[in-house]
This record gives sequence, C-alpha cells and structure tokens, in this order.
Amino acid sequence: MAVTEVEPIVTARLGLPESWTLKTYVDNGGYAGLRKALSMSPGAIKDDMLNASLLGRGGAGFDAGKKWSMLAKGQPSYLVVNADESEPCTFKDHMLIEGDPHQLIEGTAICAYANGVTQAFIYVRGEFALGVERLTAAVNEAYDHGALGRDIFGSGFDLDLVVHYGAGAYIVGEETALLESLEGKRGFPRIKPPNFPAVSGLYGCPTVVNNVETLSYLPWIVINGGSSFSRMGEGVSAGTRLFSLSGHVNRPGNYEFEWAKATFRDLIEHPRLGGGVRNGNQLKAIIPGGASSPWFGPDKLDMALQHDVVQKAGSMLGSGSVIVMDHTTCAVRAAWRIVKFFHRESCGQCTPCREGSGWLEKIMIRIEQGSGREEDLELLLDVCDNISPDITWPPKQTTICVLGPSIPPAIATSLNMFRDEYLVHIKEGGCPFD
Amino acid sequence: MTDQKTEQEQEKETVSIVVDGKPVEAKPGELVIAAAERQGVYIPRFCYHPRMRPVAMCRMCLVEIETPKGFMLQPACYIPVKPDMQVITTSAKVKKAQDGVLEFLLINHPLDCPVCDKGGECPLQDQTLAYGPGESRFVEEKRHFAKPIPLSALVDIDRERCIQCDRCTRFAEEVAGDPLIEFIGRADELEVNTFPDHPFASYFSGNTVQICPVGALLARPYRFKARPWDLEQVESTCTSCAFGCRVAVQSSSNALTRYIGIDSDPVNHGWLCDMGRFDFEAVNSADRLGKPLMRKPGAEGDEDELVQVSWGEALGAAADEIERARSVHGPGAVAVIGGARLPNEDAYAWAKLAKAVIGTDNVDAQLGDGLPAELVLGLPRASIDDACSAPAVILLGPDLKEELPVLFLRLRGAAINRDMPIVELAPQRSGMSRYCRTTLAYRPGEAAALARALVEGSESDVAGVSAGAIAQARELLEEGAVVVLGRPSLAESAESIAAAAGALAKLPGVRFLPALRRANVMGALDMGMAPGVLPGRVGLAEGRDWFSGAWGAVPPSRGLDAAGILAAAAEGRIQCLVLLGADPVSDFPDRQLARRALAGAGSVVALDTFLNPSSRHATVVLPVASYAERSGTTTNIEGRITRLGQKVVPPGVARPDWMIAVELGARLGDDLGVESLEDLWDEIERLAPSHAGVTRAMLADRRHRDGVVAPIADGRGPDAPPSGAAAPDTGASETGTTEDGAIEELKIIDPMGTPGLLATAAQGVPATGVAAADPRDLGSAGHGDGGPRPPLLAFSAPTDYTPPGVDAYSLRLVAHRTLYGKATLVQNAPSLAHLAAPATARANPHDLERLIAGGGSRLRVRSRRGALVLEVVADAGVPRGSISIPFNAVGADAGELIDATRPVAEVRVETP
Repeated sequence: MAVTEVEPIVTARLGLPESWTLKTYVDNGGYAGLRKALSMSPGAIKDDMLNASLLGRGGAGFDAGKKWSMLAKGQPSYLVVNADESEPCTFKDHMLIEGDPHQLIEGTAICAYANGVTQAFIYVRGEFALGVERLTAAVNEAYDHGALGRDIFGSGFDLDLVVHYGAGAYIVGEETALLESLEGKRGFPRIKPPNFPAVSGLYGCPTVVNNVETLSYLPWIVINGGSSFSRMGEGVSAGTRLFSLSGHVNRPGNYEFEWAKATFRDLIEHPRLGGGVRNGNQLKAIIPGGASSPWFGPDKLDMALQHDVVQKAGSMLGSGSVIVMDHTTCAVRAAWRIVKFFHRESCGQCTPCREGSGWLEKIMIRIEQGSGREEDLELLLDVCDNISPDITWPPKQTTICVLGPSIPPAIATSLNMFRDEYLVHIKEGGCPFD
Repeated sequence: MTDQKTEQEQEKETVSIVVDGKPVEAKPGELVIAAAERQGVYIPRFCYHPRMRPVAMCRMCLVEIETPKGFMLQPACYIPVKPDMQVITTSAKVKKAQDGVLEFLLINHPLDCPVCDKGGECPLQDQTLAYGPGESRFVEEKRHFAKPIPLSALVDIDRERCIQCDRCTRFAEEVAGDPLIEFIGRADELEVNTFPDHPFASYFSGNTVQICPVGALLARPYRFKARPWDLEQVESTCTSCAFGCRVAVQSSSNALTRYIGIDSDPVNHGWLCDMGRFDFEAVNSADRLGKPLMRKPGAEGDEDELVQVSWGEALGAAADEIERARSVHGPGAVAVIGGARLPNEDAYAWAKLAKAVIGTDNVDAQLGDGLPAELVLGLPRASIDDACSAPAVILLGPDLKEELPVLFLRLRGAAINRDMPIVELAPQRSGMSRYCRTTLAYRPGEAAALARALVEGSESDVAGVSAGAIAQARELLEEGAVVVLGRPSLAESAESIAAAAGALAKLPGVRFLPALRRANVMGALDMGMAPGVLPGRVGLAEGRDWFSGAWGAVPPSRGLDAAGILAAAAEGRIQCLVLLGADPVSDFPDRQLARRALAGAGSVVALDTFLNPSSRHATVVLPVASYAERSGTTTNIEGRITRLGQKVVPPGVARPDWMIAVELGARLGDDLGVESLEDLWDEIERLAPSHAGVTRAMLADRRHRDGVVAPIADGRGPDAPPSGAAAPDTGASETGTTEDGAIEELKIIDPMGTPGLLATAAQGVPATGVAAADPRDLGSAGHGDGGPRPPLLAFSAPTDYTPPGVDAYSLRLVAHRTLYGKATLVQNAPSLAHLAAPATARANPHDLERLIAGGGSRLRVRSRRGALVLEVVADAGVPRGSISIPFNAVGADAGELIDATRPVAEVRVETP
C-alpha cells in the first residue's frame, strides 16, 4: 500500500493561472472530451461508462454508469448536477467549482448527450459566492464558445444549462429534496421508494442526478476510455479519487490520488498529503467519510482507503471527507458538534429526525456541560435506536431520508470507543478537556 | 357510461394480502393502512387523511412490510398493496417504532390538556394511551412559541401543540386551493404559519381545525366554550346553502357550540365552508324572536309598534287577515313568499295550506333570485357525483365559491384530479375560473345566445365571445356534459338563463345540476311552493285530479311568482302577504319593488327567526324554530333527501312552521289532517309522485345515511337502489334499520377528523329526523283518491328570448353574491359578521381608465331604478362594457339598481 504516482485527473488544471477561464481551459485540452463524445453515439458513451466503473462521488457511492442505465425512457428527461456540497469538512466540489468550472460544464454536457437530455441544471450551494460567480461566468463563456446552447460544436445536439443557487439548507444536498427545491418548493426529501429520480424526478420526469466530482471525470474518461479509468484503483474503487482531509493534521486540504492504493496512514502522514498529526500529537480518532460516518480508532490506520473495505469495517468513505482528531479532542464535544449540525439541518418533515435530533443534542449538551446522568448513556442509544433501529451499518431508518440515521453513528461510535470519557464528564460534572 | 362498466369490473378485482397472518382482500392500488382498516386492523396514524394525498410524515403508521430485502418498517399510509404482500402490525419492532414516534411527538408537546379545546377528543391523547410509552424520559426544556396567534379572523394556532402532520397545510393547498399556510423554519422549530401580511383568509379554514389531530388549530367561535365530554350531538344536514353537507350538530347546555363535517361520500367528503360551520352563532343569538308580535297603536297616539302577544291572539289575527283578504277579494289576494328555509314537511304543510285551504297559487319559495320552478323540476337532473365524473361540465351559474362553496370544492377536485374540463359561461371571472378549461365571458343578458352558439356552433362572435373560443369550448363537450345551472348575475333575468338552459338541453344526453343556493329551496319546490306546481314535481294541470281528490281542492289556475306577487302587492292587489321566512327587502333583486310591495300589501304576516327589514313592517310576526331546533328532512340540489336533527329547543315559545300551518288551517275552518312530522312525511310519500317509495323507514335506514335521491326510480331501472344510497347487501357495519341511530355505525372516514363522534358513542345519541315506521315496498301504489298518479314534470323548452340591443353609453351590471354579506345568519353570527367586505364596484381597467378620467375612484352608478356612490376598482376579470357590484355586501347594494321587469340592468357611471 502506498501513494502511487498517477497523474491527477480532476485537479490537473488547478493551480494554472486563471484556471477557471475558458482560455486556460481550452489551452490545456479543454472541451476535447465533449468534441469526441459528440462524434460518438450516446450508447457507446454509456457502455464505456460501465467499463469505467465510476462510483458516484457524492456520498452514496453508486456506480454512475449503472445509474444512467436505469434512467427511464420518456421525454422530457433532465440532468441535475448536485453542487450543493454542504457536509461539514467536505470541500472538494467547492474547489472544483471555483478552480475548474469548465471541466464540470464539459462533463455535464457529455452526460446530457449520453442520456439524451437537452435541459440540465446545476444546483449550486448559494454560499459558494466565488464559485457561483466563476461558474456563472463559465457557463456564459461556454455558450459563447458553442459548448452549450443550440447545435453544440456543429453536432446538432442542443443543451441548455441553468445555474440555480441554493438557499442554505444542507438537506437539499439529498437528491430528492434538491429536486423539490429546484421545483420551487420547500426542500423536503421525497419518499423512496417509489420516488426514484431515474423514474420520477424533476417535475415527475426521468432525471439523472450526478455529483460535481463525478461529472468532472467524464472528459478524461471519454478521451482515454473507460477501461483506462478502471485500470486504476482496485475493483469498484476505480480511478483516482479526491479526498478532503481536515482536522488535526499539518497539511489539511484536497488531495487526488489513485484510489484504493493508499491507506488512512498514507493520507494522514505522507509528506505530500497530510504531513502527519499536528504538533506530533497522538491520533485519537478518524471520521472516515463525513459527519455521518461511524468513527475509526488508530487501529484502522493501515486500512486501505477503499470503498468496500471501509464498508466492511462498519463505516464508509462517503463523500471522501476524512477528519482527523488528535488526543486533545474531547470525544463528547466532537460528537455533540456533529449532532448539533444535524439538528440544525433536519428539515423537520418526519417525526423521528425532527424531534430526535433536538433531543439528542440537548442530552449531549447536558453531558458535555456537566449535567449528565449515567442513565443518559442508555437513553442516548435508545433515542438513536428509535431513529435508526438497531443502530446497524449500513443503517436502517424510521425516517423518510437518511439524514436522521446520519445522527446515531457519531454518538454510538464515540460512546463505544470513549465511554470512559463520557463517564468522566458525568462524574466530574464537567468537561475534562476544558 | 360505457366506462362505468369497466370501472365496476375493475372494482371487483381484488388483491390478496396478508395482515398479521390473516388474509385480506384489498382493492388494486389501495393503501395498506386502508385495506387493513377495512378488515378491522387499525394502524395508528396522525398525518394520513383518506381525502388527501399521503405524505408519510408522522411515521406513526410504520409497520413491517415484506420487501426483497426482508421485512422492513414502512409507512402503511404510503405503500399501496401488492399481491401476496405480507404485513405485520403487531411485532415488537412495530411496537417499538410506534412507542418511539409517540415519545418523539410528546417531547415538545406542552401537555396542557386541561386547558386545551381538544382535551378529551384528542387523537394524540387517545393514541398515546393505546400505543405510547407510559412515562416520558424527556427532562429537557420544551420548545416554546408565543401561545395562540391568529392565522385568520376565525382560526388561531398554538404552535407549541402542533405535531407538524401537514394536514392543515395540505388541506389548504390540495383541497381548498388556498395555499396560505405553510411550514416555516426547520427541525423542531418547524411551525405552521402564514406568509407575512397574508392571513389564512380561506372560506374553508374551519376544516383545518376539524382535521387537526391535536389542539394546535383553534376555532375562535368554539375556543374555551365547552369540554368535549359535555357535548351532546345529533346528525343533521347543513342548510346554510342548498348543497346539503352532512354535519354533526353539537351543543352544550341547550346552546349550539360546534358543527363537525361528516364525510358523506356523495356530497361533502367531510368538508364544510366557514359560513356553514360557524353560523350556528345566529341560532344562539339573543336577538332571536321568541314571542309572537302584533302591530298595535302606540301609547298616546304614537306610531304603531310591534308588541308581544300570546300565540292565540297572534294566530287569530293572522287567520283573520288571511280570511278577510280571501273572502273580500278572493283567494288570489293572499300570497305566500318564502319557504326555502323550511324543512320538507313544513314546506308541504304550507303548500297544502296555501293551495288547498286558502286556495291561492300565488306562492313562491324563490325570491326572484332563482329559476322558474317548472324548469328546475323538469330538466333531466344530474347528481353531484354525475357532475364530478362527467366528461365535461358546463358551468352557467353563480360564483360557486361564494354561493355553494363545497360544490366548488367538489368540482375543483374533479378538475384537478380527473382533469375534467369545465366550460364556464359567465359575465365575469369567478372563483372557479382558474380551474376551468375556458371561461367564456359573455355580455350580460346574452347567455342564451352564447348557449345556442355553444350547442350549434357559430361562424361569428356571439355575446362578445369570439367564434374561436366558442369552437374550442365545443371540442371539450364532444363526449357529453353535465350543466351546472343557476343565476350568474342577479341583474340578468331568469328568463335569459332559462332560455340558455333550453338551448343547452339540446346537447345529447345532457343532465343538469341546479345551482340554487337557498337552504331547502329544492325541497320547497318539490313540495309545491311555487306557482304552477303541486307537491311531487307535478304541474298544476296534470296534478289537478290527483290532488283534488286527496286535498279537496287546488287553485284554478297558475298564480304569480315572487316578482309578480310583489308587483301586485305594490299595486294594492295583494291584501295579505305571508312572508314565510322571507325578507324580500333584503333578498329580492329589485329592492325598490320589494319596498313598494310591503308598503302596498294590505297586511303582512311574517314567520321568522329574526326581525328583519321586511318583518319589521309586518302586521303579525310569528316566531319560528330555526335550524337544529326542529326535526324534519331537507333536500339538496341533486334531490337528495336527508334528515335534520334537533339538538336544542327554540327560544321562548317559537314553533316549527308546520305547526303554524296546521293551526292556521284549523282557524280557517279546514283541518290539514296531520298531527305530526310523521303524518306529514307519510302523506308526502303517498301523494307526491316524485317521492313515492321514499318511506320513513327508508330514510331511517342506516344504509341510507347519506340520504335518498328522489325520485328513486329515476330511469335507473325499477329495481335499482336509490341513487347514492348503498346497495342493501354491502358492509356489515351498515346493515339493519335502527331507531337509536347508534353513532358507532357511522361510516367514519377519518376517525380523527370527526372529534366527538367516537368519544360520545357510548351516550346513545338519539335518532335524527323522522322516526322509522314499518318498511313499505318501493314504488307502492299511490293512495290518492283522484285516479292514477300524475306524471312528473317534463322539460319543455322555454320560449326563446332576445336580448336588448347594446347601448354604447351604458355599462351592463353584473350583480353577484359573496359568501359573507348582509344575510341574516351571517349578520347575527358575531364571528362572521365582520368578515363581510364593504361594497366595491369592479370594472375592466380599460373602462375604468375612461371613467375616472376626471380623477377619484368614487363614482356614481345610476340606473333607471336608482343610484349608488361607491369605490370602483380595476379588475381584468370583468369584461369591457360591464360593471360588477356585489348584491349583498355591506354598504352600497346592487339591488338598488335592478329593475325586475328588465332583462338586464344597464347603468351609467359618472363622477358624483
């Protein structure tokens, strides 16, 4: 296991002067993928996508090619780009949008062409002020360049692309809530089954929903072929992958490298990557795949950063966000902070999440601030259980969407790993890290 | 109608599922929660409502359903049945989920049950008891909001109690079409509220209170008025308009406290409008008449005044006035206006008194705001369900949202859910227009020409409507249509609309649903309370022999309608005018004529519940029992006969109208031959051809709890069950004739939306309406002594009608009613009275620009009859050349401009 020497794909142009402009993009091979795609049949692109084994990079990790193949026949159909990246410590799409918006636009156009879509939307997180500015400018440039609009590059293919700004709700990153919001409604997730976007999505029509990073790989895949992509990585964890590393490391940031070859230790300690835990501190825990994933202890450091390996170990790589906590971190406070986030972001639609998130946060505050009771530990787990029965992995749910079941992992794993720390809070009537 | 068969066949198909190990037959597409419930497995729920789309938000109905991944917790309210589906509702897993959801719902619920209106009939209380945890583990501070804040003038919200089930918000958007309340905020701060400065001003807001599963939504007229366990109740039918919504009338300490909508599948689906729901306050009013009054000379030679007298003196005086008029000037000198307020039995008694005892045919239950009785009774009739399942509807009538609000809901639902095309013929846009495929805005007075063009086609524009628009509308009608027929404007004569109906009757297979608004107007017409007709939808000529035999006499010739009576009275030809719950000064479109008539009538005998602008001038005023103070039956627009319940006693010594008829009959020397409501109904069933076979037993039968549509063999086959009534062999819970009206047999569609009905089941609610007698065979032979039963009125096209030419200097007046106005019930219901908007005229922006050239928006509107000064605002929904003025609004009144003898009112508009 090691960090391999492969050329980055989606971050290749980042760092070039004005990498977000059409000029830089085209000077560096931009839109060649779309030109090639337009010379191919849509079916051929879709077949090649199956070869690529490109897992969706939004968090759920579903094969993008398979997702496309499930799109129901019927016109109109839509493509919606999920650019509402809002998960704490996930900031990869943010960077791609700000740094290389044309790559996203090109990928979007390729996906639309492959799926016979002529109307696409990018639902972008409204707080990305700079990203929104550069993306909007890029879309305008792309229209002028002939990469969007009528008769793209003389191929006869038409595509309109609308950039829509989100209004600040994490839940709208959930694809069906995103569709509701895009339709102008309150961002409540739809009930799945039966409301799968591939069958009944935007305005009730078949809809492809893909993540920013996922689509950003498409120009490369079209030019180099799907099998070149799947030759990298390991099994379903194919290609390169962009990880957002944050927390107590010396070099937090976004890092793209060949997937499934490196370990958590590589990511955290490699001098070109995390560069080690800050101040030489001891590693306490890792949150391997975003705020909703179960935590790992230092014993998992040598585990491969690989989709199915992490899954089997009881957690997930999710959106590719790795959070590192050193020994100065209060596990209770860290878990509370995560619960607080989900409480604030619960849409309120269904009872267990609406009420449970607030209740759990209140208990966590009490424990952290020294008013906890020993029975609160069992209570925490039972309230979690009422949101996500049996607190299993992957989680079950009494809720409509997966936001509710995203709350228990932080509580359950921190309590499991650091029960003594909880008890100290309770017995000493305060936080020992204060 | 060919589709109907396939629908029936489809209905017979069933899907077999297994619920808790027991096989259950479900309908294709049925939701698990509904299929289980029919088999007696009640799955707890809060957000599910069978009349609205499921949202699966509360998660209370989670059950285990088998999926390819094994048994999973799924919302039973959202998942449709599939063949061989396995459902488990009682496992430990389900129990834990239900426990958990209830605990979640309660953590932020204030538990202020002792001061909550809902306490005692609260689904949250009930289901917590049945399914919830015993104790709370929640020791944190609960969520806080300011205690009730107003959503509208009628509804408050206590957001602390709200469990965010989306019932009210869904109702507002989905059923009422008034999306004025929404979720705001998120997580446990999620609240239902209005948008800033936009109150929940919906005509249907009270329904949200009824379907709220907790005490979050509070009706101001009921708040803190009673505890549910102190309420008594009876089933009845709302008579605030003629649609016939079923209600539970609830009272406490002999005062009405609340109406609850009952889900009658063929009629109201559980919904009520706010006027119907809250105008019970008028019944409780301290201003009700409780003692007979007689006009007597004032002390020291002051003006005459009405003073309280005994029944004996008042009845004697009334009989004397009638007798004097009849003996000196002939029976035609006596006239009776009104009767739509009366139950069927009372209307029959009065028809018999007037036509047989007094001998006058100058009788009219309508007040010039309806349509000729022969037309209404003779047209092939459609039911409400017929209209809502028709290939298309032609709407030529009033603004249904204002006059028959729940019919508006039903047709709106059909337009949205079935994509049913509605073609609206109207002089201005209405509340229904946005749900109509097309609105043909015609020049007032020219409805008939437009109707003819719609049937026959037209190469040129007609009545201001383009030939293209007419052609497009015709395409929508190719598969047949039901016509909803009423008066689009009180300034356009009934003859014009009758002629339009005559034209539309030529559409193949067409049927008509009358859109007449006044309470039991259809029953009154059925009972013969109109000139030229006799009870049972029989013409005077055709029924002469039959009723002469039974009654002894009938009037010699057709009498006058309300307009004719008032004109005759104004000319001094009516010596005794009986106002049977009628207030022509307020309600007759031609105000000036009504005032002259009351001044010109020799004497006026008024039977009423309040002193009103008409009865104030009466010689004798007889106080009568009002709604919920008397039993009987009522008939809605489709001819559905349902029973009225009595729950409180009338004020003072007020009596039902039928008793007064009997008393007057006796004093006029003729015994009506009836002593009770039961006698009256038996006589109606025996003599009125349209009501043959509609026995008391049938009406009392629980299978017919939605009522019986008369006539019962209306071309639907001799053995067909009454339209809209359940077939005799369905549903175990609906069988059997009962006299005790056991409320647990109520077909409760939404157990949480009919608070009190379950809670009070044990109290043994008394039967409503007439008591049951022995069942008789359907279609029993008549018992009249005058030969064979006469035929029902058949439709004959009215004489055609030519509208007046257009006067380029005038605007044509459109006069329309609004839901809240000067009506007696509204004005005597304090919660509603202030909702009446002040009168404003509306004109097309193009016309208005011309009219207010001199500046100022207050203008004088002048007709041959009179003039008004009022605010005029721009409204593109009013076509050019017309001006719209409300008829019953507070302040200026279109009735001052209308001349009943003119086909359409034309007005000049000028600066005051």
